[in-house]
Amino acid sequence: MTTTELPLTRLLLGRRAFGPMGGAKAPVLIERNVLVYRRLWLMLASGFFEPVFYLLSIGVGLGKLTGAVDGVPYTDYVAPGLLAVSAMNGAVFDSTFNVFFKLKYGRIYDAMLATPLRVGDIALGEITWAQLRGLIYSAAFLAIMVVGGLVHSWWALLALPVTVLIGFAFGAVGMACTSFMRSWQDFDLVTLALMPMFLFSGAFYPLSVYSHWVRVLIETLPLYHGIDLLRSLTLGRVHVGLLWDVLYLVVMAGIGAVVAARRLERLLLT
Amino acid sequence: MAQITSADAPLIKAVGLRKVFPPAKRGGEPFTAVDGVDFELRRGEVFGFLGPNGAGKSSTMRMIGCVSPISGGELTILGMDPRVDSSRIKARLGVVPQEDSLDLELRVRENLLIYGRYFGLKRAEIAERTAELLEFVQLADRAESTVEPLSGGMKRRLTIARSLINSPEILILDEPTTGLDPQARHVVWDRLFRLKQAGTTLVLTTHYMDEAEQLCDRLVVMDHGRIAAEGSPRDLIERYSTREVLEIRFAPGSGDHESALAKAEGLIGTGERGSIDRLEELPDRILLYSDDGEAALAAVHGSGITPLASLVRRSSLEDVFLHLTGRTLVD
Ligand SMILES: Nc1ncnc2c1ncn2[C@@H]1O[C@H](COP(=O)(O)OP(=O)(O)OP(=O)(O)O)[C@@H](O)[C@H]1O
Ligand SMILES: [Mg+2]
Repeated sequence: MTTTELPLTRLLLGRRAFGPMGGAKAPVLIERNVLVYRRLWLMLASGFFEPVFYLLSIGVGLGKLTGAVDGVPYTDYVAPGLLAVSAMNGAVFDSTFNVFFKLKYGRIYDAMLATPLRVGDIALGEITWAQLRGLIYSAAFLAIMVVGGLVHSWWALLALPVTVLIGFAFGAVGMACTSFMRSWQDFDLVTLALMPMFLFSGAFYPLSVYSHWVRVLIETLPLYHGIDLLRSLTLGRVHVGLLWDVLYLVVMAGIGAVVAARRLERLLLT
Repeated sequence: MAQITSADAPLIKAVGLRKVFPPAKRGGEPFTAVDGVDFELRRGEVFGFLGPNGAGKSSTMRMIGCVSPISGGELTILGMDPRVDSSRIKARLGVVPQEDSLDLELRVRENLLIYGRYFGLKRAEIAERTAELLEFVQLADRAESTVEPLSGGMKRRLTIARSLINSPEILILDEPTTGLDPQARHVVWDRLFRLKQAGTTLVLTTHYMDEAEQLCDRLVVMDHGRIAAEGSPRDLIERYSTREVLEIRFAPGSGDHESALAKAEGLIGTGERGSIDRLEELPDRILLYSDDGEAALAAVHGSGITPLASLVRRSSLEDVFLHLTGRTLVD
């Protein structure tokens, strides 16, 4: 068997009907979404409160009972975890529900493909938008962390770009998965995947509570890498090993984006 | 980069063009929607594809619009190959798809704005064109309206306005008036006619023969993925039909229809006045083709046929289609 017969490589590199997939015109997708959301700013605002409420209830409330975790106050420990979760949630929400709606009912991608836009522009544009939404929440949350004294190091300046990376990786994979969904029922699978990841990836307590194998399992999940990065940055515990987290998320983003574009091609350019 | 093509080179050229859809299920049969069609589009003309449901019109339009890869044959658009230059081709096309693909989350004006942006046009330029185009399709007073509450005819007009935002050289319209009431259709026809006057080249599909006759300089009759005939509406009628047609109807279930059919066959090619060339039977009527319909009616009466109702009319593309395929266009 040659490598080109592997489904993944075929998906990534296979012959394309209309030349390259593009991507450079992605900003115009963001322009379109800004036009739409200008009127829906209240809906945008709601996403901001979720991590803040979590921080208040779990960080501050629960923190009173737990005392220090991993050598820092519990709020300081849990806040970067919540930051990662909110970056993930913001991106996933937009790249799954909204993209599914546009794919199935909107026909707006069909309209776009009648113009010089290509599938790569659409995929990249939608993923970037999904992540941009998350970025607004992340920035606000990070500001709250700074004001609340939860940030221990100047390395935290890098936390914002990292939330972008997290958002992009989850947005890309979210959009790729959405392209395989047939009905709204399939979205239960999204919840099924996100919920345990949210609870068990180390947002709320160190992985040291797990046995070796559970730990290895958790470390294969993407959210763990996002949390690890953000926590190391805000607590000022930076080390070379973090590059591995970055690499993981970059690869995830790349594969997600290419699969999403290929799937759009498959679904729309029939 | 300017495309160097001589003025009379065809804008679109298709040779043996095919579209085969893969089977819906594993192990199913692939489906041939377009089965080797040849046509050329010349600058400034209105070119039509006339055919019934499933003839392959939309499949052909989508291949021209570079949103459907060709399965075989050759297709050249504006001197370019869609497989290589789809974006550059699309930059010079306007497309009105069969089903409206307006952006329901945006208002009327914003639909044009963002569509222009997809073409990379500047905002100021788009704003100027938007004002003209909304005026052109009589939607200027609805500019700030949302799209949803617009009537079918208005949505169609908005889609046409949108397709013109990039001042396309070729405008592709897939069933521009299907589902519109007669008044709305006339408005659309009028606008398309003005575009033609202004020098835009139009390709359109329709299953309305009157639309084809009104608008098209040249058309092809398409059926089952193939081209059955090609020419101007008048050519086609002259070539495939008589000048006039006599339609006769009978009371359903009386048996008159069947007996009349047998008698009418005796009138074919008699050489006498009122002689008919041929006849077609439809479920509810019989069509008798003759150059003199009134004389044919007299001959019908003379042979002892007494229809419940009769009508003499001029031949139309409907008759051409019926003759070529044995079926009616709109069923
Ligand atoms: N994506 C597809 N996959 C499989 N078959 C398809 C697909 N699109 C169209 N077909 C089939 O191809 C044939 C031609 O369809 P097409 O839409 O080109 O016809 P049409 O002439 O536009 O008809 P209509 O007047 O109904 O719009 C039809 O039988 C249709 O079912
Ligand atoms: Mg069609």
